[in-house]
Amino acid sequence: MKINTLGRHFKEGLKNIARNGWMTLASVSAVMITLLILGVFILLAMNVEHMANVIENQVEISVALDLGIEEEEISQLEKEIRTMDGVKSVVFVSKEEGLEQLKERFGKDAYLLEGLEEENPLNDIFLVQAFEPQKTGVVADQIAKLSKVEEVDYGKGTVEKLFMVTNWVRNIGLVFILGLAFTAMFLIANTIKITIYARRREIEIMKLVGATNWFIRWPFFVEGFLLGVIGSILPIILLIVGYQALLDNLTTSLTISFLEFLPLYPLAYQISLLLMGIGAFIGVWGSMMSVRRFLKV
Amino acid sequence: MSKGYDRLLAYNEYKFNIEIQQGREVRKMIEMFDVWKKYSNGVFALQGVNITIDKGEFVYVVGPSGAGKSTFIKLMYREERPTKGQIFLNGFNVERLKEKQIPMIRRSIGVVFQDYRLLPNLSVFENVAFAMEVIEAPKKLIKKRVPEVLELVGLKDKITSMPNQLSGGEQQRVSLARALINSPSIIIADEPTGNLDPDTSYEIMELFEKVNYKGTTIVMATHNREIVNNMKKRVVAIEGGKVVRDVQRGDYGYEN
Ligand SMILES: Nc1ncnc2c1ncn2[C@@H]1O[C@H](COP(=O)(O)OP(=O)(O)O)[C@@H](O)[C@H]1O
Ligand SMILES: [Mg+2]
Repeated sequence: MKINTLGRHFKEGLKNIARNGWMTLASVSAVMITLLILGVFILLAMNVEHMANVIENQVEISVALDLGIEEEEISQLEKEIRTMDGVKSVVFVSKEEGLEQLKERFGKDAYLLEGLEEENPLNDIFLVQAFEPQKTGVVADQIAKLSKVEEVDYGKGTVEKLFMVTNWVRNIGLVFILGLAFTAMFLIANTIKITIYARRREIEIMKLVGATNWFIRWPFFVEGFLLGVIGSILPIILLIVGYQALLDNLTTSLTISFLEFLPLYPLAYQISLLLMGIGAFIGVWGSMMSVRRFLKV
Repeated sequence: MSKGYDRLLAYNEYKFNIEIQQGREVRKMIEMFDVWKKYSNGVFALQGVNITIDKGEFVYVVGPSGAGKSTFIKLMYREERPTKGQIFLNGFNVERLKEKQIPMIRRSIGVVFQDYRLLPNLSVFENVAFAMEVIEAPKKLIKKRVPEVLELVGLKDKITSMPNQLSGGEQQRVSLARALINSPSIIIADEPTGNLDPDTSYEIMELFEKVNYKGTTIVMATHNREIVNNMKKRVVAIEGGKVVRDVQRGDYGYEN
């Protein structure tokens, strides 16, 4: 194809958008509404995912070391755990630090712990995190096998339940978004199909005077692409403005640690690109699918 | 000059050379063997048509309304498909064309449609130019050639009009200009003078004669008795979907 022809197709696509004003409005509206709904759910899902991650990342293994362990053995063990598969971080908490923390937690009642300094009953511990929180159990089992390890604890049972919940939340979110995306695709494709159906006679004429399928398709390609992109602009603006407002209102009232929302940036860029991409893809796809039927002349 | 336009001309010449090289120069523009057409509503529009039209011939297709003339013509450029039988156009089996060949074949045919088939959103100029854009002719050539051809069909002053601002006869002539624009090797016209006054009809017929004189094959369905009788060309009469008469230098043969 020549550059000239490409220019022609582009111009023709633009002209069609202008020429079929009402049809364009219908298609763009369909794109806008579905992308807005889809966008809300994507934002929701991304935040839920984020929160699930935050919660999961609080899961750690507490590795209690044998009481009489030597310093050398401690650093040897730390090295061993560090080099284990799937281990992200290892933090050493000596029994003295442990006692300090315990006192802090007791607060007013810390006097109950007095006198323990001389005969500290606590263990030295390692706090270990796995790269993948869901592999915590596996890592814990491995650590338990090492010598000089008295006990490992990561909240067995509770943690498994937690992961089940977060996985459910993720899956439901994914199914919802996929379902919504498909609905959006068909709603938009159908609207475009109706607008193209009105032009089937033109397509037939073009074919009869010798146009190739791609010669006819290109302007529709351009048209679908632009419909999708134009249709995504308003939802993007609304979503970003809305999300900003939500953040402003919520961060002050809700301060529970895991209910931490994603910051506006880079989320705003991600959602813009995503929605524009989905809009363009669906526009082109709907356009191409609809023309296809009428090219068989 | 134009690459696309040259390409089309070169393509026609290439086919011609191949044919000569293979020692089977195709003299025949159109051949039909036992062609039947049954529409989905059960009407048999054609019933066993056999015909051969040589390159450079000028053929009138006559017959009463509903006889099957349009169907006969539509089969040639594959707007309709035969229910049975074989059709060859310039040596190509029309029913066995590959998807890619169909547009190429159609570009070598100029069709003047009975119902004009103009693109409603395009001006007269753009409608005619469309046929040149399809073959990727350069803009400059399009700007030069379209007005020339529109002048030829007597529509120079309607160049910026939209189809719905034109009379039937004018739309018919736009359709004719579009058929002529790429100098096709065959022109197929379905009652191209059906909406024209006698004077314009006569001018248009002279135009067809001129084009035919340059070697273009012409197949024309018509109801115009005077023209057929004056021109003394080959006349093929169709009635009830059958060829009932096929004579050189023939007459219209009906009392209208
Ligand atoms: N698309 C169609 N569907 C069904 N019947 C058709 C169609 N086109 C033509 N016919 C029928 O086929 C017969 C021949 O029509 P046509 O070829 O248009 O004749 P003519 O051009 O000689 O008037 C007529 O009876 C007509 O009603
Ligand atoms: Mg007819």
